[in-house]
Amino acid sequence: MLHAAGQVGLIARRSIQRTLRQPAMVFPTIMFPLILLAVNASGLTAATKIPGFPTDNYLSFGLAVCFMQGALFASTTAGTELAGDVETGFMNRLSLTPLRGSALIAGQLAGAVFVCLLGAIIYLTVGLIFGVTLASGFLGAVVLIVLAVVIGIAFGAIGIWLALRTGSAEAVQGLFPLLFVTFFLSSINLPRNLIATDWFRTIADWNPVSYMVEGVRSLIITGWDGEALLKAFLIAGGIGLIAILASGSALKHRMERT
Amino acid sequence: MLNDALGFRPMAPTNGIEVHGLVREFKGGIRAVDGIDISVAPGEIYGFLGPNGAGKSTTVLMLTTLLPPTAGSATVAGFDVATQGPQVRSRIGAALQEAALDNYLTGREHMNLQGGLQGLSKADRRSRGTELLERVGLTEAADRKVGGYSGGMKRRLDLALALIHRPSIIFLDEPTTGLDPQSRAALWEDVGNLAKDDGVTVFLTTQYLEEADVLAHRVGIIDAGKIVAEDTPAALKAGIGRPTLEAVPSDESERGGFERVLEKFGELVPGAINAVAVRLAEGRGELVEVVRALDAEGLRPAQIEVHSPTLDDVFLAKTGRKLEGEGDEALADAAAIPVAGD
Repeated sequence: MLHAAGQVGLIARRSIQRTLRQPAMVFPTIMFPLILLAVNASGLTAATKIPGFPTDNYLSFGLAVCFMQGALFASTTAGTELAGDVETGFMNRLSLTPLRGSALIAGQLAGAVFVCLLGAIIYLTVGLIFGVTLASGFLGAVVLIVLAVVIGIAFGAIGIWLALRTGSAEAVQGLFPLLFVTFFLSSINLPRNLIATDWFRTIADWNPVSYMVEGVRSLIITGWDGEALLKAFLIAGGIGLIAILASGSALKHRMERT
Repeated sequence: MLNDALGFRPMAPTNGIEVHGLVREFKGGIRAVDGIDISVAPGEIYGFLGPNGAGKSTTVLMLTTLLPPTAGSATVAGFDVATQGPQVRSRIGAALQEAALDNYLTGREHMNLQGGLQGLSKADRRSRGTELLERVGLTEAADRKVGGYSGGMKRRLDLALALIHRPSIIFLDEPTTGLDPQSRAALWEDVGNLAKDDGVTVFLTTQYLEEADVLAHRVGIIDAGKIVAEDTPAALKAGIGRPTLEAVPSDESERGGFERVLEKFGELVPGAINAVAVRLAEGRGELVEVVRALDAEGLRPAQIEVHSPTLDDVFLAKTGRKLEGEGDEALADAAAIPVAGD
């Protein structure tokens, strides 16, 4: 029997090959956050005049949003792809091999991680070209990319869990607007201390997305903020871990074999 | 389990299938498979024939360990499908109902993925993949994405994938459904060679009578979850014995008259749409008598056909109805005698 790492490698390779051969899936995933950033940066520059706004360059503030959106799109990609395997019966083909469930989940996440990684490098490069200065320096850029990947794993695992739970690509795609709403109910567009509406600020305080985006943002704007980074890594890692465990449980039912 | 781990093989035939009282019940008490017994000898091609929803695919899912049985027992390659799943899976190959392939991968990439997951070394999966792709006639298309394959090519790739780890038993669930006659014939040849050249045991489900007739050494007919007949195709047809005559009235209002005349020559049985069918009591020799009797009553058939017993007739005799979607095909194959209006 092939060892677990070998199995992960085979599934990961397939996942990445599939992703790269669908430009219609990769291109919008990477471009949409950049387009949204361009729109926001040109229209919301006045927000930097609000007292207490952490930077005078909205591009620096908004760049963090790209990493979050990239992770969100990657989750939809990972989930949709896996649900497609359930729908077409490809999962049955895999079930007839000695493939371990954990290897399937890990390998399937590879596609999402790849898109996240690619996106993160592009977002960072675009930001630097257009005048963003990374307060945490070169090492911060590395940590930023690692954090983006961890966030990608968290959202990717949610997509995979949903795919295994529902077995429907439509159901996974239906999740997208819901997750998108949770993004806007966070500190993604405005620092939490500047959100004037009480209920909005309360939701943003409880919304894990706020802490992930603040971790990313801290590396760009603040420099090395240990607390923000710790929260971001812990929350993204925690969500990822819970989603992976839930995926494992869902997989037992989906990949039922004696 | 321990025997397997230690390398001991079971005493039972190593590539046969034994099924006893197998049951699969779904929610709401629906019994998709209702206590079937099957015995497939090593190297045999066993055709499992039945209409849609008869329980064919559910049986295959149980025998391939993808669905636990509700009751009964089954051993595949000498291993219990309920408790020794990994051992069963290591010895079987399966091409399930839909050719589940990845449209974005090439045929060769599929072979590499499947071979790798089955534990073949890189060198082995490369050589085995090349060998199998050649065997199923996909060498030229091997490096093209599967999304551009025809239905027949996908089915042939599916078969090659099922064989990558050299299984001793192969399950083919409706392998030719939706294929054109040429692709179907090509796949039949591949499947036939598997048993003949490699000694592989083949468990083949189909709803095509001709397929079971041509390929299978023995046929089991399943209906509503139960096996209603099982034997060689020749023995099953011989059991019916008598040919069937079908007459199509040139005027539908004369149908009653046709039925009154034809029932004098045997028992009326369901036939093709618009036709009145009778299983002849005395055989083909009665055709002339039937034509005379109809003529004497002033009834003019648009067409009369007599055909030898088919597996469809066996199905009809055992279940009281024709196999779904096959009636017309069987008739098309029969010798037709145009009588009037042609």
